[in-house]
Amino acid sequence: MKRVMTEKMPDGRGRFGAYGGRYVPETLMAPLEELERAYEEARADGKFQTQLDELLKNFAGRPTPLQFAPRLTEHLGGATIYLKREDLLHTGAHKINNCIGQGLLAVRMGKKRVIAETGAGQHGVATATVAARLGLECTVYMGTEDMARQRLNVFRMKLLGAEVVGVDSGSKTLKDAINEAMRDWVTNVRTTHYLLGSVLGAHPYPMMVRDFHRVIGKEARAQILEAEGRLPGWLFACVGGGSNAIGLFYEFLGDANVKMVGVEAGGRGGTLGEHAARLAAASGFAGARPGVLQGTHTYVLQNADGQIATTHSVSAGLDYPAVGPEHAWLAEQVRAEYTAVHDDEAVEALRTLARLEGIIPALESAHAVAEVIKRTPKMKQDEVIIVNLSGRGDKDMEILAKYV
Amino acid sequence: MSEPASTTAQLKTRIGRKFEELARKTELGLVTYFTAGDPSIEGTEAIVLRAAESGADVIELGIPFSDPVADGPTIQRASERALRAGTTLEKVLGLVATLRKKTEVPLVLFGYFNPILQRGLTDFARKASAAGADGVLVTDMTPEESSEYRSTMHANGLDTIFLAAPTSTDERLKRIADASSGFLYVISRTGVTGAKDSLPEELPAMVRRARKFTRLPIAVGFGISVAAQVTILGGIADAVVVGSSLVGEIQKARSVNEAADNAAARVRLLKDAAKHGVSRRG
Repeated sequence: MKRVMTEKMPDGRGRFGAYGGRYVPETLMAPLEELERAYEEARADGKFQTQLDELLKNFAGRPTPLQFAPRLTEHLGGATIYLKREDLLHTGAHKINNCIGQGLLAVRMGKKRVIAETGAGQHGVATATVAARLGLECTVYMGTEDMARQRLNVFRMKLLGAEVVGVDSGSKTLKDAINEAMRDWVTNVRTTHYLLGSVLGAHPYPMMVRDFHRVIGKEARAQILEAEGRLPGWLFACVGGGSNAIGLFYEFLGDANVKMVGVEAGGRGGTLGEHAARLAAASGFAGARPGVLQGTHTYVLQNADGQIATTHSVSAGLDYPAVGPEHAWLAEQVRAEYTAVHDDEAVEALRTLARLEGIIPALESAHAVAEVIKRTPKMKQDEVIIVNLSGRGDKDMEILAKYV
Repeated sequence: MSEPASTTAQLKTRIGRKFEELARKTELGLVTYFTAGDPSIEGTEAIVLRAAESGADVIELGIPFSDPVADGPTIQRASERALRAGTTLEKVLGLVATLRKKTEVPLVLFGYFNPILQRGLTDFARKASAAGADGVLVTDMTPEESSEYRSTMHANGLDTIFLAAPTSTDERLKRIADASSGFLYVISRTGVTGAKDSLPEELPAMVRRARKFTRLPIAVGFGISVAAQVTILGGIADAVVVGSSLVGEIQKARSVNEAADNAAARVRLLKDAAKHGVSRRG
């Protein structure tokens, strides 16, 4: 693994090396420029930072614990395993870090309405929650397939006062929800902020969403130094768009001895259409090439003619054909490694963690746990690893019912 | 930020010649959009030829894409039909070649960037040009990302048409105008493609603002479907773009013949309105 300098990433055009940029209809360009300026100003404004910190602490519940996992560590017999407990945050996942940040930004920009896409529903719930707290109108777009499999989160969003709009086009999942949210934004752009939920889309979103999640890695770095007196050898996180992963990884990118593994959705297998693994070609997952989707240049699952492929994952939050451009860049730099685990491996990992540690992770996070279960037994006992438990599994009970 | 070059290639495609002819006649141009491959490649061929005979001055041929974020339901459905019918970029380029043997109507390939990027910019531009296309409009291509795209298209004799939006600042309008050739496409309203009942009140001011930055002809599109709207635009723009309402005719028709008849009838009505409306230069 090599040391990479990330301070200047992305560049002024929103590029992470060859990836990122801005590929959107012209109507959205001036609003993106406005958003970039507003974000830069907010970032430099101590008052904004104070508001953000206050809400992260008292509303979301930060800092989250970095917890030693004694029984899982003993069971696997290898490295010492720590869990970064983002699942303990208000609304049940890391997503709220970004929603608070962008929600405050929307208020600052004078926007009265926020819209969002959601896959598993976690980002939708977090957006609806923050919108309620800040007094913003909220519409969430969600694929009808995801609405069926994450029904509980649909109820939560509605209870929080959000309008949930089902999207019935394409694969009826996250990608299609983003298309519809972009269409809403392009229509209502003067009054509406698009609260995008991952490190995806046009600049400045991949940078801004990353920055709002950097708190995960900042805390984890301080916590592991406190607990172990040294940095971890490995970091593990699941990667859909890649927001929880980049949030954990970012603060360690300059630490050459910290290795990083992003775990994508391997679905039912390596054939295009059966998985959602964009950076795991080396592990036998076919169909990803650099391309442009929904505003950014990155690795995209697609057919030979440049049509975007359908994807499959048991986990709605990972079921998406493109990956955040910064991850594409980290993969190309060989700074982080990307792999994928299958649906059944993720479900099995969820059961293992539940029985050994008393924690039911989200199916998304269970992908990272599955990779830990595969690798840790081969590691030395004095090795220390951190796995990001990005969310909790309450929302997945209906899917899991058939496995119990 | 890579700024577009201040001068675009001095191309003279069928598009430029057509707009010169329209200006001489002081006539509002009619640009029509059809999704290639909807309902089939052969069907589009028949429909486009009829539209051209019936008075369409420029034809935009949509390259269907799986994720058309700038399009409303009508053109989304058309893309889905075209893709289900097996339409590929290769087949769209073949359609251009077939059409070019039968008509001199200017042809603009209209689409999203990814299919073109996957094909390779140079290969796409060479084949499109050889087939007889005159210009390219890529909805999600911005002036900022366009330097290689523009130089490749211009080197192959293809106009690059960019969109200007109501939200575009003066600074952006200048950038867009500098990157454009053939004509400038002004989007009438914020939003996606699709027929609307009325024109936005701020449209004339928007077109005047765009004219400060370009001498290119200006076509206005998005939401224009009926003759009355076209008549009004005669005093404002150099051309109007009509898409969804024509695509809607194809969706409703029970056969290609019926689709071609109905689309042609609508084109005649629109062109009639274009001829009899107030002309900006008249």
